[in-house]
Amino acid sequence: MSVVAGSVGASTASLRRARVMGILFLLVGVLIVLVFGLGSEGGVVSRLGLNPARAETLFRLPDLVLPARSTAFLLGAVCAFLGGVQLSRGFERRVNLVIAIVLVLFVFAFLTWAARDRSLSLLGMLQSTLLRSVPITFGALSGVLCERAGVINIAIEGMLLTSAFTASVAASLTDSLWIGLLSGAIVGGLVAGLLALLAIRYQVDQIVAGTVINILALGLTSYLTDQFLQRNQELNNPGRFQNVPIPGLSDVPILGPVAFDQNVLVYLMMAIVAASFFGLFYTRWGLRVRAVGEHPKAADTVGIRVLFTRYRNVILGGVVAGIGGAYFSLGAVGRFEEGMTAGRGFIGLAAMIFGRWNPIGAFAAALIFGFADSLQVKLNILRVGIPSEFLAMAPYLVTILIVAGAAHRVRPPAADGKPYLKE
Amino acid sequence: MRLQLKGVTKRFPGLVANDSVDLTVAEGEIHALLGENGAGKTTLMNIVYGLYRADGGEILLDGSPVHFGSPRHAIGAGLGMVHQHFMLVPVFTVTENVMLGIESTRRFGFLDRREAAQRVREISQRYGLEVPPDAVVEELPVGVQQRVEILKALYREAQILILDEPTAVLTPQETEDLFEVMRSLQEAGKSIIFITHKLKEVLAIADRITVMSRGRVVGTTTPGETSEEELAAMMVGRAVRLRVDKAPADTRGPVLEVLDVVVLDDRGQVAVDGVSLTVQAGEIVCVAGVQGNGQTELVEAVTGLRPIASGSIRLLGRDVTGASPRGFLRAGVGHVPEDRQRDGLVLDFSIADNLVLNTHGSAPFARWIVRDDEAIRAAAQERVAAFDIRTLSVEQPVATLSGGNQQKVIIGREFSRPIRLLVASQPTRGLDVGSIEYIHERLVEKRDQGAAVLIVSVELDEVLALADRIAVMYRGKILNILPADTAEPERIGLLMAGSLGEGEGPGG
Amino acid sequence: MGEPIGRPPSDGEGDLPSTGDTVPQEEPRAAHEVEEEVLAAGAIVTTGRGGWRDSLLVPFLAVVTALVIGGLVIVFTDEDALREWAGFFRDPGEALSASWRVVSESYYALFSGAFGSPSGIGRAFVSGDLDQIRGALYPLSETIVAATPLVFVGLSVALGFRAGLFNIGAEGQMNMGAVVAAAVGFSMGYLPGPLHLVLMIAAGFAGGAVWGAIPGFLKARTGAHEVITTIMLNFVAVSLGLYLLTTDFYRQQAEPIARPVEVAFPHLFGTNLRVHAGIFVAIGVAAAVAWLLNRTTIGFEFRAVGANPDAARAAGMSPTRTVVAVMALAGGLAGLAGTNQLASVTPSLIPGFASGLGFDAIALALLGRARPAGVVLAAFLFGSLRAGGRTMQAVTQTPIDIIVVIQALVIAFVAAPALVRAIYRIRARRVAGPDAFAKGWGG
Repeated sequence: MSVVAGSVGASTASLRRARVMGILFLLVGVLIVLVFGLGSEGGVVSRLGLNPARAETLFRLPDLVLPARSTAFLLGAVCAFLGGVQLSRGFERRVNLVIAIVLVLFVFAFLTWAARDRSLSLLGMLQSTLLRSVPITFGALSGVLCERAGVINIAIEGMLLTSAFTASVAASLTDSLWIGLLSGAIVGGLVAGLLALLAIRYQVDQIVAGTVINILALGLTSYLTDQFLQRNQELNNPGRFQNVPIPGLSDVPILGPVAFDQNVLVYLMMAIVAASFFGLFYTRWGLRVRAVGEHPKAADTVGIRVLFTRYRNVILGGVVAGIGGAYFSLGAVGRFEEGMTAGRGFIGLAAMIFGRWNPIGAFAAALIFGFADSLQVKLNILRVGIPSEFLAMAPYLVTILIVAGAAHRVRPPAADGKPYLKE
Repeated sequence: MRLQLKGVTKRFPGLVANDSVDLTVAEGEIHALLGENGAGKTTLMNIVYGLYRADGGEILLDGSPVHFGSPRHAIGAGLGMVHQHFMLVPVFTVTENVMLGIESTRRFGFLDRREAAQRVREISQRYGLEVPPDAVVEELPVGVQQRVEILKALYREAQILILDEPTAVLTPQETEDLFEVMRSLQEAGKSIIFITHKLKEVLAIADRITVMSRGRVVGTTTPGETSEEELAAMMVGRAVRLRVDKAPADTRGPVLEVLDVVVLDDRGQVAVDGVSLTVQAGEIVCVAGVQGNGQTELVEAVTGLRPIASGSIRLLGRDVTGASPRGFLRAGVGHVPEDRQRDGLVLDFSIADNLVLNTHGSAPFARWIVRDDEAIRAAAQERVAAFDIRTLSVEQPVATLSGGNQQKVIIGREFSRPIRLLVASQPTRGLDVGSIEYIHERLVEKRDQGAAVLIVSVELDEVLALADRIAVMYRGKILNILPADTAEPERIGLLMAGSLGEGEGPGG
Repeated sequence: MGEPIGRPPSDGEGDLPSTGDTVPQEEPRAAHEVEEEVLAAGAIVTTGRGGWRDSLLVPFLAVVTALVIGGLVIVFTDEDALREWAGFFRDPGEALSASWRVVSESYYALFSGAFGSPSGIGRAFVSGDLDQIRGALYPLSETIVAATPLVFVGLSVALGFRAGLFNIGAEGQMNMGAVVAAAVGFSMGYLPGPLHLVLMIAAGFAGGAVWGAIPGFLKARTGAHEVITTIMLNFVAVSLGLYLLTTDFYRQQAEPIARPVEVAFPHLFGTNLRVHAGIFVAIGVAAAVAWLLNRTTIGFEFRAVGANPDAARAAGMSPTRTVVAVMALAGGLAGLAGTNQLASVTPSLIPGFASGLGFDAIALALLGRARPAGVVLAAFLFGSLRAGGRTMQAVTQTPIDIIVVIQALVIAFVAAPALVRAIYRIRARRVAGPDAFAKGWGG
């Protein structure tokens, strides 16, 4: 409401936050020096690979060879310096950027430490980060499309699972990955249609409706797997989409092999991220969708069909989740396995929240989860002394941390989860 | 364009909201639709705007009958409505809000924000409606948001504008600005239907006045032919009693002492800016002011619901700064909240449970942690009788009660425990006349029993009727505290607009 | 002056507080509209005013409808039946009778696996032979054994519902309860039996309570939505359990199975029937939860916070503290389910110990309308499906996962009573109830 922006109390709160941040940066710096610096033996080097596994590439970069201990010292010093600046002068608005920098420095220091006396393919990590973020991104985009129109979609997990199953079976039956992908997308849309029906027509609590669908999806796919796929393995042998390097772009060092030497589903994901971003924020369609998600009554009074918009967006979200589901069976694994989505739909939701219901933000958040996921796999291989069970918790713990950290600071669409009742 | 309603009837189960209403609005006319809360004005306009369907009667535009199945049709026919609750998307810009539904686009459905903003500027210049096209709506003052709403209708080339209680949220100065805009629209040949229950405004701006009461048109007149008293009598059907009979205050020492308190709102902005205020036992202090000037946050601070950023609060000499809501309750603070359904009641719980919502944990309603349902029911029956709560049974969910009876449940709860300070926020908002009188009497009675009473109200009439002292709040500050018996309404009105004295214009 | 018919519309739009729209005459609503709205809003968890139609008829029809649809799924996934359907136009009668055969065989196996065959039981009792009676009652015993843990997890979710919380983490809480209970169970064998058992139960409760309190705390402090955090903690609990099974303390020899606990609930009817005293504990706990919710000030605060946290706070209650307390208690109840399994049918902690029970728990709470007595009844229904499902899988090769499908359908119909009413053309009756958790992500 119309109250003049004062600054007395507000500034004390932000000042305290700024101090906490500064101290945190300092602590990270100290941690890097103590753990990763002193934890590495002097004179040992870490080798970080920057080239793709395949040999023929236009530009070959030399591997990054770093002295483990001094690198850690240097990185720790930079963090501590940033902390000092923050405490004395403050970064003000750019503090979020500095947080990101400190995080990256920390992770890099950690990797150097983990790869001491060994070699680690940094490029491989980036590649697997992207790959592991793909289904999460699809899930998050599905959530963005639904929730921007005001329908909470907690059924993403179920949509991923059903379409992973359908895509695998359809592709196996027809011997066509494309038909498999299409069937996955359609079934995703159908499952979303059920969610829309329950949430919009019957006004079931949207979280309950989503949970019902998740349970139903788990039960049905497990049942059908037991009933058919176990006895008829040929029904669950679709093969996988092969990588299609994009000529020219795929030869760009680092970025090329990571982003432009992937299978078609990864390209599709990038296209959908871009399309939904521009669609939501720059087109008539997006303006209307967002109006429906923020203030459906206002949208209604200017002639926008609220319920139709919601149905359409939920189903669209289902199709996107369906493609994500197909990625599990046709893009990553090459077959369907019971419960193969392993909570990725929920992690997608967390990415959506952390990305502030913005497709690009959601993608960026998904990359963080993808990184946590690929990190745990890599660390497992490097045998850093952390039990693999704990490493496996990483993506889930990161999700909890991020949701807990973001929940207060993000604002969902105002009508998210509220059924619209016409008078 | 000329609008005619003939015999429009709308029935809801149990009541007739509009009973054969006739109304004619001529082209270029400002037509006031006057009536109490619940007289059926908004229902009638919702029918005209296509939100409700009439059970009988017809609507004519320029003499030919029309049927609007939805607002879309009404808009298409040249009607525009500014709702009491704005139909604006808070996170959109002015331009986005205005063009929503009839967007300017380039190829492939991409929005042409520049072109739309240009049209917004043109219209705002033509009618003297100043709005910043690229500002985000939620960051604009209420008065400007209202202009955006009017602009939205004009953008759709409305010929007839319906304004539903447009002045309820405005300062006197903003109201003047709105009247300016209305006059310039009138000059441009637009018709305006102005819904209100404020007599002075009607006399100031309307060409013709139609008075409604209990769903019927009581009469049509013009400002020249009538007076405030006559209109009031038409509206209510009997002489209104605005004064509450009460003896002069017999103050007995300070109960609530607020010192230099700063409170932040939900967005971290300063809402209460260094307020100091003392309420004594045996007096009623009213906080007057336009909605949204920090009153809500002040009330939340003195009931413990919102932490204060600095300053101190003392109750009966004891420092209670930083205490929890429970701490304030225990210290003897009773609270009649502004939003009774959100903060005052659990709508799904029974009347009996709501009557013990803040005392259920102690004797006689509980032993250790075990509830004594018998005692709770007995006490409820007693209070239902004592506070005239109209219900069949105390086991009914409180949601089934009317607004007035719901408010009585809260009053009954707070008045039945020993309180030293009563904080009541908009205690009669949305209630019928009978309930208003009843609640006013009980508030004065509480004062006479020696409690300190702090009332926040945006209704100036209510403030003048109840207060012993009046504190006027503007932009988070208390500008002045006046004794009620010598306060002139005009002076209070000026203070509410931020004007401290003669010659000093309102800020901002 | 007309009385309003139902809860006046809550007014969520705009920044401006309402002025006058709670007056009945300004925005009156048709009775049926209000009814529909209240129905929709309170469809999930009613607070006990629904009348018999809503508390019994709808769940009953939901179960029946779910069984019918489950039957259709069985038919259309059965290879024999499908073959007959392929020739439907040649011989429609054969297709229908083959379908009937498949479904009736499956469901008969399901029923007899859950309750035994009535004639068999009759004959056994007539014969008076104890072994024969025990044999005939075996299915019933299995049903009760399967129902017992379900009572605990169902109560866990139901308690959350009543306080406005959606606990999807019963599975993880059950796992963690079992982890702690197992440690006590196998390492303190020197204690006298009853004391050991009590201690193990307490340990299980504590383990689950801690795991449940974490999302409660996160929600209270940061607003993180419990649906996401509890799900994530389920996965973390599984990993943690797997890790513990590799430690010397838990591991037995080289297997990924923990050492068995050294104490158990006594069997009720000899060792041939697995039914054990845990069921009495379960029913006792259900009664205690009912007492807590309905007869105590603590329960009153739980319910008030669940129905309207703002009003609860203004009335001096602490929603944040309540959230933590409810989640801890809910976690503890789920932990008891883990203990129950250790002290009866699964004495050793194994991977996948609790898998699927978390989802069952949601179904149970919804079907039981979040009331303890309802949860107990629902647990017996689901217990019979579980026990019968095993028999069905053994006899007719219909995969037991069909049970999960049926359960999901049951919840769908219970959560959307309008759907059931539409199918059976039942006239809607007014039910008022809290809009349990349609609160979005804000927390």
